[in-house]
Amino acid sequence: MPSVCFYFQVHQPCRLRHYTVFDQDHRYFDDFKNRTICRKVANKCYLPANRLILDLIKQHQGKFRVAYSITGVLLEQLAEFAPEVISTFDALARTGCVEFLAETYYHSLSFLYSRGEFKEQICKHSETIEKMFGIRPKVFRNTELIYSNSLADTIESMGIFDGILTEGADKILAGRSPNFIYTSPRSSRVKLLLKNYALSDDIAFRFSNRDWKEWPLMAHKFSDWVSKVNGNGYVVNLFMDYETFGEHQWEDTGIFEFMRHLPGEIMKHPDNNFKTPSEVIASYPATDVIDVPGIISWADMERDLSAWVGNSMQSNALHELYRMEQHIKQTGDKVLLADWRKLQTSDHFYYMCTKWFSDGDVHKYFNPYDSPYDSYINFMNVMGNLEKRYKSKSKINPSETDKNTKIKMANQK
Amino acid sequence: MLGWEFPPFISGGLGTACYGLTRSMSKLGLEVTFVLPRDVGMDMRTTHVKMRTPEDISEIERQQLELGLENVKFRTIESPLRPYASAESYKREVEDLICAKQRRCGSVGIESVGDDSHHYCGDMYTEVHKYAAAAVKLAMQEDFDIIHAHDWMTYPAGMAVAAVTGKPLVVHVHSTEFDRSGEHVNQMIYDIERAGMHAADKVIAVSFLTRNIIVGRYGISGDKVEVVYNGVERNGNGVNLGATGIKKDEKIVLFLGRITMQKGPEYFLGAAKKVLEVMDNVRFVMVGSGDMMRRTIELAAELGIGNKVLFTGFLRGEDVQKVYEMADLYVMPSVSEPFGIAPLEALNNDVPVLISKQSGVSEVLTHVLKADFWDVNEIANKIVAVLKYSPLQMTLREHGNFEVRKLKWEDAAAKCLQIYNQLLSSAVCV
Repeated sequence: MPSVCFYFQVHQPCRLRHYTVFDQDHRYFDDFKNRTICRKVANKCYLPANRLILDLIKQHQGKFRVAYSITGVLLEQLAEFAPEVISTFDALARTGCVEFLAETYYHSLSFLYSRGEFKEQICKHSETIEKMFGIRPKVFRNTELIYSNSLADTIESMGIFDGILTEGADKILAGRSPNFIYTSPRSSRVKLLLKNYALSDDIAFRFSNRDWKEWPLMAHKFSDWVSKVNGNGYVVNLFMDYETFGEHQWEDTGIFEFMRHLPGEIMKHPDNNFKTPSEVIASYPATDVIDVPGIISWADMERDLSAWVGNSMQSNALHELYRMEQHIKQTGDKVLLADWRKLQTSDHFYYMCTKWFSDGDVHKYFNPYDSPYDSYINFMNVMGNLEKRYKSKSKINPSETDKNTKIKMANQK
Repeated sequence: MLGWEFPPFISGGLGTACYGLTRSMSKLGLEVTFVLPRDVGMDMRTTHVKMRTPEDISEIERQQLELGLENVKFRTIESPLRPYASAESYKREVEDLICAKQRRCGSVGIESVGDDSHHYCGDMYTEVHKYAAAAVKLAMQEDFDIIHAHDWMTYPAGMAVAAVTGKPLVVHVHSTEFDRSGEHVNQMIYDIERAGMHAADKVIAVSFLTRNIIVGRYGISGDKVEVVYNGVERNGNGVNLGATGIKKDEKIVLFLGRITMQKGPEYFLGAAKKVLEVMDNVRFVMVGSGDMMRRTIELAAELGIGNKVLFTGFLRGEDVQKVYEMADLYVMPSVSEPFGIAPLEALNNDVPVLISKQSGVSEVLTHVLKADFWDVNEIANKIVAVLKYSPLQMTLREHGNFEVRKLKWEDAAAKCLQIYNQLLSSAVCV
């Protein structure tokens, strides 16, 4: 009976340019680098993968179904640098076999720092998706699948979502299977879909690893693993970065060929099918409550926040950033607000992580900095300039009101 | 082992390196005979290597008995040579020496007191060869397996000893003429370096940066050159800055090293000038001396930041410790730095570090800030960041201090031992 639920995360941050303490202008972002990376990823991943998924949907007459979560920061970049990618997503949307998920527009960590900003970004994102693809998202996934009971409460209180995606971390499952539907203790209306990290990572991380005993991974072998879930779960949630196709796993690893054969192999077994998250939620009941008092994410072995808030530079940068929220919003300056929000993208803080730095580990993927220290310095310099901007704005306002009162007083006289 | 300086009388990193290396070697059970050109008047009993000075025979004999040493000589040559000598400083010192000799003996010690560089070359050459001759004589009385020569001035000695004894020669390159003089190389020194490296059975480079120079500029085959990184002594004393009772209301940025072209003092000042444009309560402290000292002081004045730059001159021991305790950041803007032990010592003393990318030590350190030495803007940018953002300073300090513990002289000594064993086994095969 297992349904296979694919969800792909589609995101690229808006990278900062080299910005020193001596810089005074308001150009914070590296257009050249962002364009180059955007075009490269579009050509290696987004375009060929979208083409493949579209083919598969047609080939299987709509029985192959997937979900995407595309961030607002990426959509803005695609519109500017690779608009053809948006039309291919639109083509996918029109098949009716693709679901788009909701998330924070800026792929931010705002849930941890400002619930108001968090909700605003979700609404902005949902509106954008609806405007672009004509579908209003019904299921939410938070940045890096960050989740806690409190997140479920916040999402349920918004009243517009039926479900939340998060990590099927061992520590929250406590021996249970990620292949069932769960709810959170206080908010029982929204359903939880948990990532089957073992099977997801077989594709996303291990696929091309020649030291892995299952290498080379073939579609029929993988579909056997999926079919084994039969009788012990409703759904196999395969959540991964879209860049798995063509970027994390290069084309010559055979990842596209694997994906081309996978739906057919999986549906060879008559009990198996594909469902989008909303369809899963509509099809199956929740079997148990899952209690997550602390915060989890999909990152690393720890499944925690340490990759983004693990050292004092990261927490300092984040606190300073969100401290500005009210000041920036008070200015009413839309450009300033957008700049501030683009700084919230989690990648900026990920670059500051010192956890694996000494090992020169895999986390270097598209990292524009030589070291976490450089990234922190750059970020703080930009923030310094941002602060000057809102301060100069708020200075203007009181002086204007002063002027007005003077005029009034003069008139009265 | 043939060397030119040894603590406590050092002028740069070479002495520190020789000290750390030999100490760890003796821990590994290696017997080291260290041959120095000058009497450094040290307390022999505190050292781990065998030395003696012929000028003080009676004391040495007593010590020899005490230590059970019988085959160690510590030659004193009245040499003006210093490991980091430049043409100018050497000439000055030669002239001083000659004057002194004339005064003392009433005769000219070295013929043709000239002012042209030909003589100075000849003299330097003579000194190096005097040392070589002394080393050969010494070698005849010694029993040893390997000749290990540190930097160019000992190469002729190393080659001579190797020629006489047939023992394998290892030359250890702590710096090259290109590091010290840029493109204005002294041909004689270059020739000695080149000859030494070619004659050696193995060349040890202190970094891949240096290895590249050895391969590229000296034409040495890459498989003959091994990289052995320097280490740092973990200072066990728990003295911390509270003890000095220094209260400071301004930030201190430290330059510590010889004030010479190689170390890039002008880039330090250039960055200082930039920093002071955006910050006020900063003082730049330059510890060290060198042939560019006067020029650097003048430059500080020219830049109009003379009141913000403090020159301490050369400091030793406890004074260095105190300086580190006060510093908020150590900056090493070296134009060319084969390795650079000083940043490790700064990290050891809980001082965050900004080093030039053109340094060997940047190959081994990750939890430090790095910039191109010429990029004064970027150096200033990073200085300001460290002074302004305490989380940065804290993270650098914590991780840096941890990282530096991994750089141990024990590992360097073990690697040398491995190289020795390779040489000895291959020698047997032949």
